[in-house]
Amino acid sequence: MSAHEEKYEAVIGLEVHAQLLTASKIFCGCSAQFGAPPNTHVCPVCSGMPGVLPVFNRKALELAIRLGLAAHCRIAPRSIFERKNYFYPDLPKGYQISQYQTPLCAGGYIELPGENGDAARVRLVRIHLEEDAGKNIHAPDCSLIDFNRSGVPLVEIVSEPDIRTPQQAGAYLRELRSMVRYLDVSDGNMEEGSFRCDANVSVRPRGAAALGVKTEVKNMNSFRHVEHAIAYEIERQIELLEAGERIMQETRLWDPDRGVTRSMRSKEYAHDYRYFPEPDLPPLIVTPDLVEQIRTEMPELPAARRARYTAELGLTPYEADVLTQERELSDYFEALLPGLDNRKTAANWVMTEVLRAVNESGRPLAEAVPAPAEVGALLKMVEDAAISLNAAKAAFAAMCKSGKGAQATVAELGLLQVSDEAAITAACEQVIAAEADKVAEYRAGRDKLFGFFVGQVMKAMGGKANPKIINEVLRRKLAAN
Amino acid sequence: MTTDACKLTIAQAQHLLRSRELSATELTRACLDRISAVEPRLNAFITICHEQALAQARDAERRLAQGDAPALCGIPLAIKDIYATRGVRTTCASKILENFVPPYDATVIARLRAEGAVFLGKANLDEFAMGSSTENSAFGPTRNPCDLQRVAGGSSGGSAAAVAADECLGALGTDTGGSIREPAAFCGVVGIKPTYSRVSRFGIIAYASSLDQVGPFAKTVRDAAILLRSLAGADPADSTCSTRPVPDYERALNGEVKGLRIGVPKEYFVEGMQPEVEGAVRAALRHYESMGATTVEVSLPHTDYAIAAYYLIATAEASANLERYDGIRYGLRVEADNLTDLYRRSRGRGFGAEVKRRIMLGTFALSTGYYDAYYLKAQKVRTLIKRDFDQAFARCDLIVTPTAPTTAFRLGEKMSDPLQMYLSDIFTISVNLAGLPGMALPCGYDRQGMPIGLQLIGPAFGEETVLRAGDAYERSGAVTRRPTVV
Ligand SMILES: [Zn+2]
Repeated sequence: MSAHEEKYEAVIGLEVHAQLLTASKIFCGCSAQFGAPPNTHVCPVCSGMPGVLPVFNRKALELAIRLGLAAHCRIAPRSIFERKNYFYPDLPKGYQISQYQTPLCAGGYIELPGENGDAARVRLVRIHLEEDAGKNIHAPDCSLIDFNRSGVPLVEIVSEPDIRTPQQAGAYLRELRSMVRYLDVSDGNMEEGSFRCDANVSVRPRGAAALGVKTEVKNMNSFRHVEHAIAYEIERQIELLEAGERIMQETRLWDPDRGVTRSMRSKEYAHDYRYFPEPDLPPLIVTPDLVEQIRTEMPELPAARRARYTAELGLTPYEADVLTQERELSDYFEALLPGLDNRKTAANWVMTEVLRAVNESGRPLAEAVPAPAEVGALLKMVEDAAISLNAAKAAFAAMCKSGKGAQATVAELGLLQVSDEAAITAACEQVIAAEADKVAEYRAGRDKLFGFFVGQVMKAMGGKANPKIINEVLRRKLAAN
Repeated sequence: MTTDACKLTIAQAQHLLRSRELSATELTRACLDRISAVEPRLNAFITICHEQALAQARDAERRLAQGDAPALCGIPLAIKDIYATRGVRTTCASKILENFVPPYDATVIARLRAEGAVFLGKANLDEFAMGSSTENSAFGPTRNPCDLQRVAGGSSGGSAAAVAADECLGALGTDTGGSIREPAAFCGVVGIKPTYSRVSRFGIIAYASSLDQVGPFAKTVRDAAILLRSLAGADPADSTCSTRPVPDYERALNGEVKGLRIGVPKEYFVEGMQPEVEGAVRAALRHYESMGATTVEVSLPHTDYAIAAYYLIATAEASANLERYDGIRYGLRVEADNLTDLYRRSRGRGFGAEVKRRIMLGTFALSTGYYDAYYLKAQKVRTLIKRDFDQAFARCDLIVTPTAPTTAFRLGEKMSDPLQMYLSDIFTISVNLAGLPGMALPCGYDRQGMPIGLQLIGPAFGEETVLRAGDAYERSGAVTRRPTVV
């Protein structure tokens, strides 16, 4: 801990915008899909033509409630949309339809995986629904606007200032992203802008109750950027305080190239948003029945999986954390388990072989590795001693390339292990006969030679003999004088 | 016959079109001829759709010949230029939308189009429906067909004048604080503002979303009932629109008011109103009694606060609704070196004085530190006004009042005094705040020969009662419609 860190503590709150996985936009029928040519997913409603009216997409409500339940929030039985007014070219109506006084979800918390299994909680202020704006594209001699994103449904997830370090902020974001992906609420893609984060950062002397003046940091496009930007901002604020200067309440932009945060001119962003209830939309009424229905359809969340992996499968907290970060990986792991006795082997296999294959191929999991049934069959062969672990790795690598099944690959590569005790005994006897000198040395006490005999027998059997049986037979034969 | 066809009521025209005594083209041509003759003096239209109207009339003729044409097939109408009409410029009487051609129809326009109605053109209005005289139009004021020196009322002045002058058989307007009923009263025609949510608002350029409502102008109550039936009903594109079934309003017109309990609010007979207006309304009430209705005095105690509440709520909503006119995507753009100046110049040059005044007022009412004292307080007053009506309707079936405190005033008379202008809507505004149906119909003339309007107010979704009572009064011959001066 540096001297600064001993003297000060940071107080961090995060605001995350996640794009909901609906087929169409929140207030019109246009597609919400990313990546279409500019201004092709646009209609009079999402381009703010005169006289048009919004119609709420109920699917967005369902997804937001799903996230709210997962985060232990209170779901408001009645909430309203409001208009947030400001002028900007990418905001076609001159106001954003959002929620202000009555968010759909209030309270709740996100549980972070602790390093020793001791979970930390970050409380939430709220989760509310709103529409996204379009996107300004600045060309050298003009500005262009793409309204494809205008009206795409978002949830804004606002945390309490419960976060104390940049690493914790990163852990919170990873957990939240993992949750929205488990829930099919959002694809959590930061690069495509479907998962965005702003940070409110302040520092105060350790032990002080009052909060320091906060700055809002924007423009962070990856988890690493978030961690770096927050670390930079904490250090900057501490240096100001140490120099006897004051911190300005302002919005700062992270500049990833220079690794610094820069002030946006605060005057430009001193908005009075003049929120008021949206008269074009009726209140959102959420019945207890709807909440219960969504609750019963909830998939298992990463925190619950981690707990189950440690308690029921005997994995370490670290293993459980690695395996549950991505729902796809976790589902893959679980699909391997039926029929296997050794869960640890399966876990290690996924964390090493599967992740390596995914990383090396650069393709999504489903394309990079064979179906879990085939890999499960391979691991079953290891468990039954039909093949060695090394043989299984060779077979797995070949299956990733060929797409063939486990049985066919093992047969093709001739990897089946010989467990025939008579054949192994014969080979052992040959080696003992051929290496009489070494046998004598061993019997005189050179224990280390045992490995040499195992190697010789394995070699004689073309590397396919069951090592366990070789061990047993050799020990018996070498001991018997 | 043919040249006078524009004077027909919709009910009469329906009969003649079906009996093949009159063709849709003849009828439309008669209206277009009348428009050519009187428009230079009236200025009821911003855009006249000569060619499109004749094409629609020819289509209607084919459908009528096939024998299963819907109610409004072949009926020529004027459309307030606040309704989005696909392919026809829709200006809202503003410079900022001077050349705006929407690629979509308002829901009600699409419905009437499907029925085969003929759209003669886009009628004049106060810019963005903000006004009570149609003097706030970037395309010049509309004059009253009963006296060209007087206003037609507003904001739907063009629609009211066009019906009064027989330029069309009926017209569409919108009513946010009296914008159908006041011009109907000033021009001596029938105008009904239905219950809020009865008619879809999709494609109606928004002024104050929680108050705006679509409604028809007509020469008779029966015609208003025919038009309203085609306009009303659920719309998946407007989530504030009611899904209640739409009654056959025309069938409700049985001429019967026996036993009808008419409430007369004491707060609506105020000092300063034109004595002839009060006289005519009192006479109408006596006439109802003579037809078997009973009258009872009721009280609407929060009436005094209605104008103040209205001008906070309506302008607050308007300040947001008009933010989209920014010079970026459509409408007037005045180029500038930077974004802020582009906004300032485009909006500065595009909006008229009254629109700017209301945007400022609404922006102020919503600002931090003022929201509770103005916008929120106004919403509370609105709730009290609704409650007043609920309590009054516990004692009566219908409320009858004057539509406006005076008959049509002179052009320019109130332009320099916005507050005086706002008082023109003193009897109509509460009805919008409470979301109730209200209808204006002629109940006499003043000494200058200017029409006086009676206002009938019903409980929510009480359109049938309102129309039945209006029709019974009209049919009893209490008032004879006088010819206009054009
Ligand atoms: Zn759209």
